[in-house]
Amino acid sequence: MIDKRVASIADAMAGVKDGSVVLLGGFGVVGQPQELLGGLIEQGARDLTIVSNNAGFGSPMLPKLFALGRVAKLICSFPRPTPPAFEELFKAGKIALELVPQGTIAERIRAAAVGVPAFYTPTAVGTRLAEGKEVREFDGRTYVMERALHADVALIQAWRADRWGNLTFRGTGRNFNPVMATAAKLTIVQTRHMVELGELDPESIVTPGIFVNRVVHVESPDPPPA
Amino acid sequence: MTTRTTADEVKPWGRQEMAARLARDIPEGWYVNLGLGLPTLIPDYIPQGREVVFHSENGVLGMGPVPPKDQVDTWLVNATKQNITLVKGASLFHHADSFGMIRGGHLDLCVLGAYEVAENGDIANWATSQNDAVPAVGGAMDLSAGSKRLWVLMEHTTKDGLPRIVSRCAYPLTASCVVKRVYTNLAVIDVTERGFEVLDMAPGVTLESLQSCTDAKLRMAG
Repeated sequence: MIDKRVASIADAMAGVKDGSVVLLGGFGVVGQPQELLGGLIEQGARDLTIVSNNAGFGSPMLPKLFALGRVAKLICSFPRPTPPAFEELFKAGKIALELVPQGTIAERIRAAAVGVPAFYTPTAVGTRLAEGKEVREFDGRTYVMERALHADVALIQAWRADRWGNLTFRGTGRNFNPVMATAAKLTIVQTRHMVELGELDPESIVTPGIFVNRVVHVESPDPPPA
Repeated sequence: MTTRTTADEVKPWGRQEMAARLARDIPEGWYVNLGLGLPTLIPDYIPQGREVVFHSENGVLGMGPVPPKDQVDTWLVNATKQNITLVKGASLFHHADSFGMIRGGHLDLCVLGAYEVAENGDIANWATSQNDAVPAVGGAMDLSAGSKRLWVLMEHTTKDGLPRIVSRCAYPLTASCVVKRVYTNLAVIDVTERGFEVLDMAPGVTLESLQSCTDAKLRMAG
């Protein structure tokens, strides 16, 4: 019997190694798996590279992970408003920031997921975010080469999940979650609702279970009003 | 005491009027992404019955207005992370698909604010210097490079009266040769192969007065 359910957040986070590249779902706090982040803090892995659209805006847990000195590098499109913990470490040169346009982060993750090592994009051509990168002309337009972004771990927040790891999402809590779920060696999901196999409509499943390794049921609160 | 209005008196468009002036030019059926700040005022001025579909970069087509406080669904936010509503016919999708729509040229229009626009269509709107405390770019470069057309909505000059419509951008570029039109508090200006061409001016503005607060060369369209 295939059963990807785990009993606790600690079980979900077991084995995350020092130096891991961690994809973190969420746009601001919506769709960001706070309880898994809490589990990562407890679990103790350090020297992490976190891939997240924001630097923890509205998030209680990500700034805490920075403050504990556990993150070596952040790959991010919009680290504003900037949590004080991140800004201090950044100014002190104790954390690296790789600033990447939002759509380029998403596409680099998708490329990793689908076996494409690199791609050319028109985004950022002629700007300082393309400095030092290979450029090439196709049909009269210039493009910059971007590499796939592979990860060791993805931390995902779903709305519904079954024991095979099939997932659905809620509202704009979807954001980076489905694409991040496809690109890591170990995809860990916290789900608001755990349902019986067969209960999710196959026509409506957003993330097929093949991409998911562990699912933990967490009755997390709704995001705060904004 | 009454104020006399003469034909010569300059009356710049206010923020609402700027948004309304731009909204007039959005035809039915367009898929439109609106940037932060001034552009967010635009939906209020789309005439009732004209179907325009608003895109939010975090995975929404069919974004509706801000809900009343007692009807908020906190799982629905826009690019600035404010709660929003969905209109009938709205759809939700993930980030790679959302930016695929953007990069793939499927959006008819993107409206952004900017620090500067140059006569070749360059836009600078993401960084004010080479050493911001913590730099941030978000979706600005994707939207600028990917939309079918990019319009900029901004004040004509800085608070100190310095030109923002320039021969060449001084601030770091967001994208090169992409801006098609600029709406300011003083004028509507097309970016063409021949340079900036003025389509419309606020009451009392003349080409000469406009030129005096613009760095790049202007000419009337047509």
